Amino acid sequence: MSRPRTQAEYLARLVPPSVAGLNRRTLLAGAAGAGALLGTGLLAGCGDSDSGGSGAKSVSMGSNASDPTPKDVLAKVSAAFKTSSGIEVAINTVDHNTFQENINNYLQGKPDDVFTWFAGYRMRFFAARGLAGDVSDVWGKLSGFSDAFKKASTGDDGKQYFVPFSYYPWAVFYRKSVWQQHGYQVPKNLDEFTALANQMKKDGLVPIGFADKDGWPAMGTFDILNLRINGYQFHVDLMAGKEAWTSDKVKKVFDTWAGLLPLHQPDSLGRTWQEAAQTLQQKKSGMYLLGLFVAQQFNADEQDDIDFFTFPEIDPTIGAKALDAPIDGYMMARKPKSEDNAKKLLEYIGGVDAANIAVKTDPGTLVANSGADTSGYSALQKKAAELVGSATEIAQFLDRDTRPDFASTVIIPALQQFIKDPKDIGGLLTSIENQKKSIFTS
Amino acid sequence: MSDLPLIQADRAVEPPAATTTTGGRGRRLRLLSRTDRVVITLMVLVPLLLVTALVWLPALATVLLSGTDWDGIGPLSDIDFVGGRNYSDVLTIYPPFLPAVRHNLLWLAVLFLLATPFGMFLAVLLDKELRGSRFYQTALYLPVVLSLALIGFVWQLIYSRDQGLLNAVLGTDTDWYGDPSVNIWAVMLASGWRHVGYIMLLYLAGLKGVDPSLREAAAVDGASEVKSFFRVVFPVMRPINIIVLVVTVIESLRAFDLVWVVNKGRNGLELLSALVTQNVVGEASRIGFGSALATIMLVVSLVFITIYLATVMRGEDR
Repeated sequence: MSRPRTQAEYLARLVPPSVAGLNRRTLLAGAAGAGALLGTGLLAGCGDSDSGGSGAKSVSMGSNASDPTPKDVLAKVSAAFKTSSGIEVAINTVDHNTFQENINNYLQGKPDDVFTWFAGYRMRFFAARGLAGDVSDVWGKLSGFSDAFKKASTGDDGKQYFVPFSYYPWAVFYRKSVWQQHGYQVPKNLDEFTALANQMKKDGLVPIGFADKDGWPAMGTFDILNLRINGYQFHVDLMAGKEAWTSDKVKKVFDTWAGLLPLHQPDSLGRTWQEAAQTLQQKKSGMYLLGLFVAQQFNADEQDDIDFFTFPEIDPTIGAKALDAPIDGYMMARKPKSEDNAKKLLEYIGGVDAANIAVKTDPGTLVANSGADTSGYSALQKKAAELVGSATEIAQFLDRDTRPDFASTVIIPALQQFIKDPKDIGGLLTSIENQKKSIFTS
Repeated sequence: MSDLPLIQADRAVEPPAATTTTGGRGRRLRLLSRTDRVVITLMVLVPLLLVTALVWLPALATVLLSGTDWDGIGPLSDIDFVGGRNYSDVLTIYPPFLPAVRHNLLWLAVLFLLATPFGMFLAVLLDKELRGSRFYQTALYLPVVLSLALIGFVWQLIYSRDQGLLNAVLGTDTDWYGDPSVNIWAVMLASGWRHVGYIMLLYLAGLKGVDPSLREAAAVDGASEVKSFFRVVFPVMRPINIIVLVVTVIESLRAFDLVWVVNKGRNGLELLSALVTQNVVGEASRIGFGSALATIMLVVSLVFITIYLATVMRGEDR
């Protein structure tokens, strides 16, 4: 079959329709082929995350630091690492929530040599499943971390899989000016706390700011009540699925919460934490239990007006020394392309220099390394660091301390159900326990 | 070339005048040339492979996975089969499931009984060539070009309890997105807002295609406007009616984006699609359990798809 190659030949054929038809078909076939190629190219592109990982003088990092300030910290740390070691860090930044949601696929594919993650159950889970690299020898060179941090970085097998970088505590935040105006005092136990909240109500304030549209902020309230009523070890066992949710201990947590709920901001299920923080900022609510990141919702000239106290004691035999203080940090892939470089990077990240960069760059966080020069801390940061330093036990927050499937598909709807209808605690706990048994045995 | 057809099957029969150079090819008197056959094979195979690989294999895998407790980690050989446990869990101890089914049905009912008829009504009105009908057409269709996720954000500004427009105008403090007895209606209003425009456009296109002589004949016979619509125009538009019906069903089954943007399908906004996503996608990775939910959704969808295909194919036979 001779196709016309030139215009002359084309004209000579004098059968333009079929020639045109042929061309059209060729075009279509070509398009289909190109489509297929494009498809495979895209698919291949999805699995291909080893950008710039070649050569002995580079190391790749998967980062969830998509917000400007943390991103800036990481960029400065990696620039400083390059200056000190000559190793280039190729940072692959992914949106924070997307990174978290895709972590399973990410770790099973071709993860970057080093990646951002959190301490807690999930970290230990990845370690146990062989999805993370052992960094115990890096820990041998690190200094300035308290035992609490080392414990939080240790997997079930006793080896370290995590290098902590920063953390933030959960506490009850308030505005000093509002408290001075009304003469409020920091409560020492639950009765004083309740009395204070009632007084705020009388003074026309929303006593306790509250928001749970996204499902996770209420976990903070559950956590702190559970830590105060039943203590840290019970929290750990409950999160590990070892304790029954139908037990009297858990019931007491919900009963206490139900008593406090009328003092919380109403209609919390339609409100984001940002909106609740703004009511605190606008002096409409008296206090708000949240992480240190609440300060983001305040203007720069209001930062000095923010203060906090740790949630007061409920049971004197338990005390008020445990709290939620989630730790962010870094892990190593199971098979990094350049293990030496990855470990050097982790050692640098865990060191004092990197911590000093973070102190200078990000006022909304606390650095994990105690050797860092914290003279740049704001008053709020200093106080937060003291609070965590004096804590006897540090929990990581409900959804970091338990299975993510349990936290997101069982606990979030259950807590929202409780907030909607705080009366049927027994039925709610039975439902949680049934689902927990099914999930934890799988 | 006047004796040649304008479009001919590619060399179906060698034109008698062209025997000079290609004399030895007379034996290949096939209906289709080799290129044709290759092209046709490719055109069938490529879509077939794509559909199989992207639709049927995943669907089959979903059904298979629904019998397992896989958490998405580790090799496929690690998967344990648990029989029907996921299904019994869905039906017995999973509180969001029944509300989700109820909300999907409610969604269908509201779209079917309110939004779709309203969209059809608007189409009939616009078909009357009112003054400025182009403007109304554009205004009503505008929401359709926005993605539902974007619509969720837009309405969030209106519905927000503390900072929203609606509460500011009405002077109320209703928690539109948070109160589980209200939020499904609030969300459905936003969804209907978009759906009405979509149906209107579909139906308007159908109305434009109706032969005007039918209406004239009905008018000559003395039928009123209403009567001529219901007795003449509506039955003639059967194919469009079916499409509108199917679009409504599909929209209600795949209702997802809006509730996901609002609160990830929790607290009064449970929908089957949102539950599937909560369980399968994301950190939870309850692949087996989520697959059971997805299989239930697949079965429900298949019922409607079967009805649709049966109708469409019957229509083609005529």
